[in-house]
Amino acid sequence: MLEIEIDGKSLQVAEGSTIMDAAHEAGTYIPHFCYHKKLSIAANCRMCLVQVEKAPKPLPACATPVANGMKVFTHSELALKAQKGVMEFLLINHPLDCPICDQGGECQLQDLAVGYGSSASRYQEEKRVVFNKNLGPLVNTDMTRCIHCTRCVRFTQEIAGEMEMGQAKRGEHSEIMPFIEKTVDSELSGNIIDLCPVGALTSKPFRYAARTWELARRKSVAPHDGLGSNLIVQVKHDKVLRVLPLENEDINECWLSDKDRFSYEAVNSEERLTKPMVKQGGQWGEADWGVALDYIAHALKDVVKTHGAEAVGTLVSPHSTLEEMFLAQQLSRELGSHNVDFRLRQSDFSLDGKRAGAPWLGMKVAELSQLDRVLVVGSFLRKDHPLLAQRLRQSAKRGTQVSLINPVDDDQLIKNTLRAVGLPSQLPQLLGEVVKAVATAKGAAVDAALTGVTVSAAAQKIADSLVSGSNAGVFLGNFAQQHPQAATLEALAQQLAKLLGARHGVLGEAANSVGGYVAKAVPSGNGLNAAQMFAQPRKAYLLFNVEPELDSADGAQAVAALKDAAMVAVFSAFKSEAALAYADVLLPISPFTETSGTFVNTEGRVQSFNAVAKPLGETRPGWKVLRVLGNVLNLPGFEYNSSEEVRAAALVGAEEFANGLDNGVNAAFNLNAVAAGVERVADVPIYFADGLVRRAPSLQRARDAAAPAVRVNAATAAKLGLDGAAEVTVKQGAASVRLALKIDAGLPDGAVRVAAAHASTAALGSMFGQLSVERA
Amino acid sequence: MLSQEALKLIDREVAKYPADQKQSAVMAALAIAQDEKGWLARETIEYVANYLEMPAIAAYEVASFYNMYDLDPVGKYKLTVCTNLPCALSGGVHAADYVKEKLGIDFNETTADGKFTLKEGECMGACGDAPVMLVNNKRMCSFMTPEQIDKLLAECK
Amino acid sequence: MALIATKNPLLTVGWEKGDAGWGIKEYEARGGYQALRKILAEKTPPENIIAELKASVLRGRGGAGFPTGLKWSFMPKVINGDRYVVCNSDEGEPGTFKDLDLLRYDPHSVIEGMAIAAYVMSANRGYNYIHGEIFEIYKRFEAALDEARAAGLIGQNILGSGFNFELFAHHGYGAYICGEETGLLESIEGKKGQPRFKPPFPATFGLYGKPTTINNTETFAAVPYILKMGGEKYLELGKPNNGGTKLFSISGHVNKPGNYEIPMGMPFAELLEMAGGMRGGRKIKAVIPGGSSAPVLPGDIMMQCTMDYDSIAKAGSMLGSGAIIVMDETVCMVKALERLSYFYFEESCGQCTPCREGTGWLYRVVHRIENGQGRQEDLDLLMSVTDNIMGRTICALGDAASLPVRSFVQHFKSEFEHHIQNKQCLVPHDVQRAGSSFYM
Ligand SMILES: Cc1cc2nc3c(=O)[nH]c(=O)nc-3n(C[C@H](O)[C@H](O)[C@H](O)COP(=O)(O)O)c2cc1C
Ligand code: SF4
Ligand code: FES
Repeated sequence: MLEIEIDGKSLQVAEGSTIMDAAHEAGTYIPHFCYHKKLSIAANCRMCLVQVEKAPKPLPACATPVANGMKVFTHSELALKAQKGVMEFLLINHPLDCPICDQGGECQLQDLAVGYGSSASRYQEEKRVVFNKNLGPLVNTDMTRCIHCTRCVRFTQEIAGEMEMGQAKRGEHSEIMPFIEKTVDSELSGNIIDLCPVGALTSKPFRYAARTWELARRKSVAPHDGLGSNLIVQVKHDKVLRVLPLENEDINECWLSDKDRFSYEAVNSEERLTKPMVKQGGQWGEADWGVALDYIAHALKDVVKTHGAEAVGTLVSPHSTLEEMFLAQQLSRELGSHNVDFRLRQSDFSLDGKRAGAPWLGMKVAELSQLDRVLVVGSFLRKDHPLLAQRLRQSAKRGTQVSLINPVDDDQLIKNTLRAVGLPSQLPQLLGEVVKAVATAKGAAVDAALTGVTVSAAAQKIADSLVSGSNAGVFLGNFAQQHPQAATLEALAQQLAKLLGARHGVLGEAANSVGGYVAKAVPSGNGLNAAQMFAQPRKAYLLFNVEPELDSADGAQAVAALKDAAMVAVFSAFKSEAALAYADVLLPISPFTETSGTFVNTEGRVQSFNAVAKPLGETRPGWKVLRVLGNVLNLPGFEYNSSEEVRAAALVGAEEFANGLDNGVNAAFNLNAVAAGVERVADVPIYFADGLVRRAPSLQRARDAAAPAVRVNAATAAKLGLDGAAEVTVKQGAASVRLALKIDAGLPDGAVRVAAAHASTAALGSMFGQLSVERA
Repeated sequence: MLSQEALKLIDREVAKYPADQKQSAVMAALAIAQDEKGWLARETIEYVANYLEMPAIAAYEVASFYNMYDLDPVGKYKLTVCTNLPCALSGGVHAADYVKEKLGIDFNETTADGKFTLKEGECMGACGDAPVMLVNNKRMCSFMTPEQIDKLLAECK
Repeated sequence: MALIATKNPLLTVGWEKGDAGWGIKEYEARGGYQALRKILAEKTPPENIIAELKASVLRGRGGAGFPTGLKWSFMPKVINGDRYVVCNSDEGEPGTFKDLDLLRYDPHSVIEGMAIAAYVMSANRGYNYIHGEIFEIYKRFEAALDEARAAGLIGQNILGSGFNFELFAHHGYGAYICGEETGLLESIEGKKGQPRFKPPFPATFGLYGKPTTINNTETFAAVPYILKMGGEKYLELGKPNNGGTKLFSISGHVNKPGNYEIPMGMPFAELLEMAGGMRGGRKIKAVIPGGSSAPVLPGDIMMQCTMDYDSIAKAGSMLGSGAIIVMDETVCMVKALERLSYFYFEESCGQCTPCREGTGWLYRVVHRIENGQGRQEDLDLLMSVTDNIMGRTICALGDAASLPVRSFVQHFKSEFEHHIQNKQCLVPHDVQRAGSSFYM
């Protein structure tokens, strides 16, 4: 520890601290622009100059290491003169039109200028004008305002992992910009808006929507991936106008992924369903709530009476709230049907009944950052879990070795990753190889099922890396969980973790992937799971927040089943063409912004939130709708007066973290022979993954929302006779679609990457399996 | 995009640096590319960046930071005249004026026939030989008098 | 080719043959590589070499005048991992052109000096960063490297000693700021030449983050000569605290501009005479004694100085890199300053606020005065702006841009005031025009 005195206040700080760190601990504010606790030190703005005893010149607090006995004066005459001098320089070329700037009211330059600037400018020369840049659909630029702090540049390099911005030219002509004609395409790009201390980078969707002081700030939780980022939702007249991160070091730190930040646009979209609708005599018409609920109740009773309760299937989105999931399963079970599920994209359910508890991350999110070895199996990591990937990116810089077993070789922008790439059907084999190599290295018995396995060089490297660490984590990504041999992958992961003395878990796909288990929104007894409910069509379906054509493992099969059903009730915030085609009733339920609710994130953290806006039109919170439907059906136990009461029933005593989290599985693994032929690799593109992002116009203009192409490597293209083809026809089973072709060297031989969850590929059916590709 | 010879030259530069520091060769690589292409178009910079496995914007930062890279087309002969104070004291500015008059162009302009581009240079580290001019970044011409300049312009075919 | 004249040639012995003397044969014939051979054969302890350099009081020739022996002793003693020796031949300071001639006429002295430094610092790799505009010199240095490599004087297992040292040339491409040592390192790393904040200094965090020693070309070139003659002898060539001989680049209004090697402490008047005196016999008006960043001195003050760090410092300027810009009475000091201010404005890397914004401000105000739009308060404004730049920037370019402004205004205030009041130069334009002698 080092002794330091700041403005006469003594304190001890850790070796290696800067004056800025020390001041922070002392509760002293030192003005700054370029400094940011999560970014490397640039020391370029010079706003943080302070006086240090015995130093002839003022020193930048952000970059000056504390020396023992140092005496620092942050507000001495010398310090203030230096700070004021810098402020004057910053302002000479900065437009002084705060009233029309979008940053007005939340601008660090404006705030500090009040204290450090002088009223009249001594600068009489012409001000610099800088051309604006097109950074894409999300970030707006007003580059004349830029003060060259390079926070945005460092963010892209260090946090997002790919240098998409730079400071070109030099001196006064310097310009902050992406490469010529390039945009900023990172899935984390919106954070540069928060980082920019001035109005140079602002939110494009928010542009001119409101002044900050007109906005109410309300807390919420992101409804997308399993992280559950904490949000500040800004609202004016019950309209959500902007979403910002609520800092939470344990979860999202100070960041948000773009989908968490910009998906709110969907709740303001034209596609909102604002009134219940009922189809009668083949005609859709608006209806009163009472009529619509009666319709459903009658239809359900009818089906139960004629076909038995098993003829009813209930599917809930994993993006629904815990309360909605709980009531949906309660409703189903009280009707007598155990056919309830939220695991829409899963295809292997053989672990049902063999699980010790709800699958989860296996550790706290923050603990991820302490691992020194990480293996992730089957994950489009960066796109599926942008901020978890970001954590691993930072760990890798500190020396954590990250390994990936994947069907693609997409760059996760994580330094020095070890990678084993194989066809989907080879993933169990590849993981098995690692398990075998680790067992061998540890001198442990090799499982009988692995005796025939030959360890490839890539697997051996991964094993060597894992064995060399002291704190490893093994994780299954979305792809592994969706895999037809997910059970085998889980069993292998469990064994690997055991051999390594490591922890293992799953990266939760959706906001309530853990919550679904907690809410018991899974089949029990002879109940059917999500896949079975479509493979063995039901007579009646309750679809809660689900768009099966895009959200399920085999959308085509789902749609076929729905079309044949006697009654399909859709509870949704949106009206879609697809639903109008297969549904009989549409009930407008609140999106996350208009209801209270709870998400249990991938680490099992219970995060409840309130509505930030009034429900639109006749929309009602989902939990209320289910409660009333329960009443209309005269089902017992539907007396809840508040969502809190529902939550209490669902959580049974758990407060901060859910109970019953356990990744233990009681299953043997079974390495099937690898199938011959051409295999589909289906990713779920980040901006098609759920109903909200699909309807957020700005996200839909982002590069990641480009229409999916068919991707194969050059060898596969040659083998399939596709050389030089621009478009191809992909056939899966009886279905076929026509798509653009792209050559992708990151794919294994025999793999054809065709995204799921997109209208252009929905006809194809299962996310896994064989397909054929021909020139179009 | 670049010829085999150019790539060979770039490889020779890459070999000067530790194996994991390919980016160190970017200045040389851009210079080589510029020699071959005449100037650095967006595609050229991107190509060099890819070749050296570095972000395109990082290569662009370099290309736009150093004076001697041309991000716009230049004439067949790029003449750079140093007008900094030590040179100016011995005729640097006057030499530049003379060239301007002869070619009918100002700094940063190219003659209509595409032959000459004139640039104002900063100190070339040759102030003792003022006035000095640099031809195409490579050839330094010293003690330029009106006659010398005439001769140089005539030589440039 | 720049003219030279010397008194007691040491660094410049090899220059006498002009372009015929740079090769390795000639260099060895005049005793070159003996120091390196001896060190490698005797496995001289590095401390002894450092001690010799300290005794010589060799001060860095790049501008700051930092004692070289002391700098070399800063390299961490524990040897693990890579470390580098880097030569700064970026020479972009207006008025300086000595390293150019050193590399042209005696490149092997630099190679030998760097190899010795590498031996002392246990560095296995080195780079010589060569100014962009001197392509022919870069080519020559590469040729000299090939010779040295062929002779086994650099490379692996040098002269069977087990010592390895790979040396390469890195060509700059036009950025003055890369003369600043950390900007130079960034540039070698393939980035913009934006200086780093120090600490950490290059000795602990240098090229690629590894311990690095950086010296100027002339500093390295002096090393073999010092080791051959002994540190004390070298010191005696100059005067106490100002050891040895030094190269001075003389430009501007003298009859024979060029490089001159003289013992430290020689009177300026004598040096001026060596340089052929004032061009056209005109009166000396002002001298910038250490490169454009050094404060200008009125001619009469300069005539009282001797050429060494201490004397020039006492007169209120700096010896800097040893670039002497001589100005006669045909010079308009406002115009002269305008050109220098433009230079710093153009060459600021743009990284830190005071320099990026301040250099442009300074230039614009001086430009305005020169163009007859000056205001009375401008001179105070200039002083105040330099006050806000100096000592507040990441590197010394901020100071380098400010010192000329301050010294020009300070020493030639009346000329600036004349400009402001009369909206024109004190020195008539035709007189100025005649000064350059271009049209003679
Ligand atoms: C703006 C600026 C420009 C510089 N230019 C040069 C240069 O061209 N050559 C040089 O040797 N040193 C230059 N220096 C000084 C170097 O930073 C460094 O001090 C020097 O190379 C050290 O070598 P020495 O100790 O042998 O003098 C410059 C410094 C600054 C701040
Ligand atoms: S755009 Fe904003 S964040 Fe980026 S350098 Fe400029 S002021 Fe800083
Ligand atoms: S915050 Fe320290 S220099 Fe910018």
